[in-house]
Amino acid sequence: MNDMDAVKRGAEAYEAGVEKSLARFPERKKDFVTGSKAPVARLYTPVDTAKIDYLRDVGFPGEYPFTRGVQNTMYRGRFWTMRQYAGFSTAEESNKRYKFLLEQGTTGLSVAFDLPTQIGYDSDHALSQGEVGKVGVAIDSLADMEILFDGIPLDKVSTSMTINAPASVLLAMYIAVAEKQGVGADKLNGTIQNDILKEYVARGTYIFPPEPSMRLITDIFAYCSKDVPNWNTISISGYHIREAGSTASQEVAFTIADGIAYVEAAVKAGLDVDDFAPRLSFFFNAHNDLFEEVAKFRAARRVWAKLMKERFGAKNPKSWMLRFHTQTGGSTLTAQQPDNNIVRVAIQTLAAVLGGTQSLHTNSKDEALALPTEDSVRIALRTQQIVAYESGAAETVDPLAGSYYVESLTERIQAEAESYIAKIDSLGGAVKAIEKGYVQQEIQDAAYAYQMDVESGERVVVGMNKFQIKEAAPKGLLKVDPIVGEQQAAKLKALRAKRDQAKVDAALAAVKAAAAGSDNLMPPILAAVKAYATLGEICDVMRGVFGEYQQKVIL
Amino acid sequence: MERKIRVLVAKPGLDGHDRGAKVIARALRDAGMEVIYTGLRQTPEQIVGAAIQEDVDVVAMSILSGAHNHLFPRVVDLLKEKGVDDVLVIGGGVIPDDDIPGLKAAGIAEVFTPGTPTSVTIDFIKQNLKRKA
Repeated sequence: MNDMDAVKRGAEAYEAGVEKSLARFPERKKDFVTGSKAPVARLYTPVDTAKIDYLRDVGFPGEYPFTRGVQNTMYRGRFWTMRQYAGFSTAEESNKRYKFLLEQGTTGLSVAFDLPTQIGYDSDHALSQGEVGKVGVAIDSLADMEILFDGIPLDKVSTSMTINAPASVLLAMYIAVAEKQGVGADKLNGTIQNDILKEYVARGTYIFPPEPSMRLITDIFAYCSKDVPNWNTISISGYHIREAGSTASQEVAFTIADGIAYVEAAVKAGLDVDDFAPRLSFFFNAHNDLFEEVAKFRAARRVWAKLMKERFGAKNPKSWMLRFHTQTGGSTLTAQQPDNNIVRVAIQTLAAVLGGTQSLHTNSKDEALALPTEDSVRIALRTQQIVAYESGAAETVDPLAGSYYVESLTERIQAEAESYIAKIDSLGGAVKAIEKGYVQQEIQDAAYAYQMDVESGERVVVGMNKFQIKEAAPKGLLKVDPIVGEQQAAKLKALRAKRDQAKVDAALAAVKAAAAGSDNLMPPILAAVKAYATLGEICDVMRGVFGEYQQKVIL
Repeated sequence: MERKIRVLVAKPGLDGHDRGAKVIARALRDAGMEVIYTGLRQTPEQIVGAAIQEDVDVVAMSILSGAHNHLFPRVVDLLKEKGVDDVLVIGGGVIPDDDIPGLKAAGIAEVFTPGTPTSVTIDFIKQNLKRKA
């Protein structure tokens, strides 16, 4: 046992000694800070972690409060799911990329949709011009979805879909494709992002106003709890909040505040918390400050577990667990000397793994320039495989636990996040705080401060504001053929000529009736999708009933 | 009193990445310019309408979705159609080097790619205004 008083005296003596020698051996700078600009002390000792009660605050893996991870053996059982986010151009092209990724050893799919799909416009809509197939695959109807998953057995892979406002429609299409493969909805594994609140603050692919959007989300919770029991019905996302410029603590706080809003909405809609909470999942970022990021993941688990148990009275331990996907930080990548990004991604991968992620996407080195090529995607995947098989980080559970520094950081992030959550509660919850622009303003202030630090050189970004070289324009970037827009429009025209229009009209009328009433929207949406109503048509019907969200512009 | 430089910061298309646009907007404001930010999902028509209504000297657009080749030139063309020839139009975002000569030929005065300090954009605007502020 440590004699805490003796350690304290020792630490004080150490600091006094250092202060004396500083005149002759000055430190590199006056203030040392984390990637999120939190102060970093010279040395951490048992004094800094003296208040931590191991059993209460840290505990054991697979046990409340899950600081050390949600499974009892973590990666000794199996590695995290290596899930590379991909999709571009047409369903045919993306299907090829998925098969390539599966051959290379990815263990789950992650679908990127283009912006028209994410905002519920068909490819031939005026606002879709120039955007079709650019940041993801264009999906207009079940016909495209059938091609997207052609030859991919949906009972064998798990699929994550980054889709939010029209999540109900894409989930319905996935269920319908599986049915055609002979796979029942109860056999499906995967995730829809379905997190509208962060779209309002950080990502921008909203359609409907908050109230009907929250209803769509709770309809999905209710439907899946019965019909698609293994589906992760939401991926409550801090990723985009961080990319928009937030700090690590804000990422945890705003994500969990959104999570609280979803839980409250579902409980208000009459669902029992333990019926849907085990299927809630999360999505975080991994930036470069290794220790701060690891602490962030550990703190997030602890904050959520406490909330679910104490505030919402959840009884099922699965309701307390914060399971999450991680993506490495896109905004940390530089367009300058892009090969350096491989190293950044490796550090971020280590952070995610040491933080106990359930699945991981690693960015490719060329993503500050364009969509990644096959070669750079392979390197990104290999980075995960090297960390998994060669680094040793996966051989024991939560290896950084007990580090005076990491435990202190975990405490600090928890405290900062809880203080933000209390502030958001006082504003009336996440929806109200977003409507007031509070969350957006906090993120923007942090983003601007970061930019100013980079410009002043206070924050070094290697290759960008220090150690620059003259370099030639990068070669061999991936380009999406602009013809994709015309191809999709032609496919749509053919589809509309071929399908049973009376059946489509009746199905759309049923969606409209459900939207205007209070019946669960999933069954009529599923019927409309099966009748080959398009995504745009279904969303238009809902736009007619729900109206559209008007962004609050904050500067 | 000298008239301040007026800038419309605009997000054309469906792209939701507005961190860069907002940072630029704030940096231009801190540099003494008057800044109007459109918010997301603006059509070229809406952007040109706002530029005329707000009587701006500069239109600064940001796209990270890859739709720049379609949307940037459209704004320049519409300004011309409306008889506006003294507005400086610039762009930024994730834009491959290969696309930049075409955008410049289409009338985008300069394209700023990731990693550009805001001071570079500020200086460019000050030195290349078509109207005298």
